[in-house]
Amino acid sequence: MSQIVVEKKVLNENQKLAAELREKFREHKILVVNIISSPGSGKTTLLERTLERMDKSKRVVLLTGDLQTENDAKRLAQWGFPVKQIITGGTCHLDARMIEKHLAEWPLDGFDVLIIENVGNLVCPTSYDLGEHFKIVILSVTEGEDKPLKYPSIFVKSELMILSKVDLLPYVPFDAELAKKNARSVHPGIEIIETSSKGEGLDQWMKWLEEKLAAVKSGELVSA
Amino acid sequence: MHELSIVSSVLDQLEDLKKQQPEGTVFSKVGLRVGELAGVDVDCLRFGFECVVKDTNWEHLVLEIEQVARRQQCPGCKEEFQAENWATACPKCGEAATITIAGEELQIAYVEVDE
Repeated sequence: MSQIVVEKKVLNENQKLAAELREKFREHKILVVNIISSPGSGKTTLLERTLERMDKSKRVVLLTGDLQTENDAKRLAQWGFPVKQIITGGTCHLDARMIEKHLAEWPLDGFDVLIIENVGNLVCPTSYDLGEHFKIVILSVTEGEDKPLKYPSIFVKSELMILSKVDLLPYVPFDAELAKKNARSVHPGIEIIETSSKGEGLDQWMKWLEEKLAAVKSGELVSA
Repeated sequence: MHELSIVSSVLDQLEDLKKQQPEGTVFSKVGLRVGELAGVDVDCLRFGFECVVKDTNWEHLVLEIEQVARRQQCPGCKEEFQAENWATACPKCGEAATITIAGEELQIAYVEVDE
């Protein structure tokens, strides 16, 4: 019996495609964010509020993933930015091939921001690099404060945590300080913005996006 | 839940690797390395593996998984330590922002060949 040393990433194929995508995004100076959360924590609502506030001269495109239905794409399309639904047909995450396939029909030239709304799931999307600059995790106040401890991987890998639905804080037994402390204990450098669909924190979130976009355009921010 | 696609990715790579070996080579075991930050449930992975290899050419392939704990390094005092209970502050000097140096692995480490 002999042994062959392989030492290769299991998701090698995904990684290769993600690297190709990353190169394309760099070439076209597109900011790419990958938004991940549990189902129902407010990904689509945050994006609706985002598009509503977005400077209409910015060229923003969205890919939104779900197991079934075009519902999210329909909700998001009303703001006039190009949206495409990725129906995974049961798969619990988006992978780089799906992104490549759905982007293929769009000319990337002139795009500013690509927002990827991943499938509602805190676990599986964590493993798949989509060529993005940043993963962003959303935690809503109707979930548990200990989610960052229960599902640490995604909190470790996210640049930013959005604490959503903070307008409900008076009505739910959720300790926001504890939730933030938990997130920082698994990822000390994580940025945190508290938002609600009523408007709280949305200016801060838009500013975050604008700053990252400016950094991509100036070449200061290059994703590795 | 994505462990089935991970098993498929492993087997796809083994198919490719087998083509590079002399005719008739049989792989008896594959060793994977899975970090605790990889977002992969090892029990699901084992179960998915059994389901996928059943009644295929890979039926006799043994799966071995090495789990890798999350290790951190302090950028200040260079202390290396295992992050217990997700506490990532440096146990020596207290620095909060330490760097992950292990625990994100999701790799095929080796295969064993029957001769």
